[in-house]
Amino acid sequence: MSDSMRELYEETILDHNRRPRNFRHHPAGANRIAHGHNPLCGDELSLSLTVEDGVIKDIGFDGHGCAISTASASLMTEALKGKTVAEAEALFGKVHAVLTGANGNEIQSLGKLRVLQGVRGYPMRVKCASLAWHTLHAALAQQQDETISTE
Amino acid sequence: MSPLAENMSRTQPSAFDVERLRRDFPILDQQVHGHPLIYLDNGASSQKPLAVIEAIDHCYRHDYANVHRGVHTLSERATLAFEQARGKVQGFINAAGSEEIIFVRGTTEAINLVAQSYARPRLQPGDEILITEMEHHSNIVPWQLVCEQTGALLRVVPINELGELRLERYAELLNARTKLVALTHISNVLGTVNPVREIIDQAHARGVPVLLDGAQAIPHALIDVQALDCDFYAFSGHKLYGPSGIGVLYGKRALLEKMPPYHGGGEMIRTVSFEKTTYNDLPYKFEAGTPHIAGAIGLGAAIDYLNRVGMTAIAAHEQQLLTYATEALSTVKDLRIIGQARHKASIVSFVIAGVHPHDIATIVDQHGIAVRAGHHCAMPLIKRLGLPATARASFALYNTTEEIDRLVQALEIARKMLT
Repeated sequence: MSDSMRELYEETILDHNRRPRNFRHHPAGANRIAHGHNPLCGDELSLSLTVEDGVIKDIGFDGHGCAISTASASLMTEALKGKTVAEAEALFGKVHAVLTGANGNEIQSLGKLRVLQGVRGYPMRVKCASLAWHTLHAALAQQQDETISTE
Repeated sequence: MSPLAENMSRTQPSAFDVERLRRDFPILDQQVHGHPLIYLDNGASSQKPLAVIEAIDHCYRHDYANVHRGVHTLSERATLAFEQARGKVQGFINAAGSEEIIFVRGTTEAINLVAQSYARPRLQPGDEILITEMEHHSNIVPWQLVCEQTGALLRVVPINELGELRLERYAELLNARTKLVALTHISNVLGTVNPVREIIDQAHARGVPVLLDGAQAIPHALIDVQALDCDFYAFSGHKLYGPSGIGVLYGKRALLEKMPPYHGGGEMIRTVSFEKTTYNDLPYKFEAGTPHIAGAIGLGAAIDYLNRVGMTAIAAHEQQLLTYATEALSTVKDLRIIGQARHKASIVSFVIAGVHPHDIATIVDQHGIAVRAGHHCAMPLIKRLGLPATARASFALYNTTEEIDRLVQALEIARKMLT
């Protein structure tokens, strides 16, 4: 298997795909909800957040998708719990920059989320990794009526 | 017996030398990610034999000019080659006349032509067009458009758990309001070969014409439009080892003659004045503008090639691949084949529990294997099946059982990696 393949399906990605965190968890008092759907892929996810005083107190998701989209959503929920909305938006910006190759220098500041950089070698799969993040962006902007797509 | 099965019973597989035939396809001789290419995405588009590549090359190097226009030598040569290609198509599908062969861009355009030129002027509010649950978007959306334009209704024949049409429901849905039946000959997702002769007979008993979407059927079986008695047959060149951008609408002459032009422009006219334009005869009435000249010539070369190999021999080889693949894939743990129809072409959709089809396609590509993953432009069918997507291996005349073995090995790797 090639190195780029190993990077795409990095062990952390495989682990989060097998055992997605905060999966099928919709916080009781969720006040930020958004839906993401890439109809060409068939990837779908619903994201629910409880935001209190500008802080993400709880977050969960469900849906179905490829390993990349599931792991990306799982890693995202793990990274966001306890963050402020402003921090979450900043993280969205960094991840977006890394996935699209706009700013590779952000990688170092991503911590565990660095594993998502593997998709850069697979242009057709960038949309898989970014779906959860764009859905988050919509949820925080309270665009609940709009289904988000990265296709 | 279905026409496909009839064709297969006349085959002589011993004459079929797949290794020799593979050498006719230069693209197959390459490595992808360090492995020999295994191309199993023929349902999307098939590869081109040297005979097709050379025919297109020859056209542009030696015989190219606009057709049906000039009196100069090159135009005469191009026109002759273009019209010879039409004759080859006519022979290939056994149409009664070459004027029944309309060159279009592909299956999609052929179906849109029938929707707008045949159906639209005839449809009244409350009339019905009958399609099936296993249609490709290109045999759904043109009818939805014409329904929106006319107030007609789209009715859908469901499938059973095997992925076959429920013929008892078809008989019920066919009624006095039905103005056209449009269905696929072979499903691009399930591989199901539909009993189209039976379906056509039932429709004709009620005076309802039938359009067959032959995009998937044309490379897999001998098609005889007169024996089928279909009213329209649509297919694309690129799935028949020919170029993309060229396709065919076959229509019965009596129907085509009554239909107004689809596009207006050059070629489709006889005389033009600002007061009154008279239209050209068939097939030119439906061929406005300069056609894909080299494409038609390339398609003709593909047909010559297939006639040399023999469609019955190809169908027999592909049925062997289908049987082999069905058994071999069934050995992969947690793999489920989607589409278990009794009559199938060499198209196998599958899912593996816990492994998303897109991950399958990415991982097997690392082993040089091209398969398709997704909804295969049949979203309503995929939804009916309760799946987000499937992976699909679709086989052509140049595929081998060894390639299927390699696919199975790569699928095992993908499954172990992801579950």
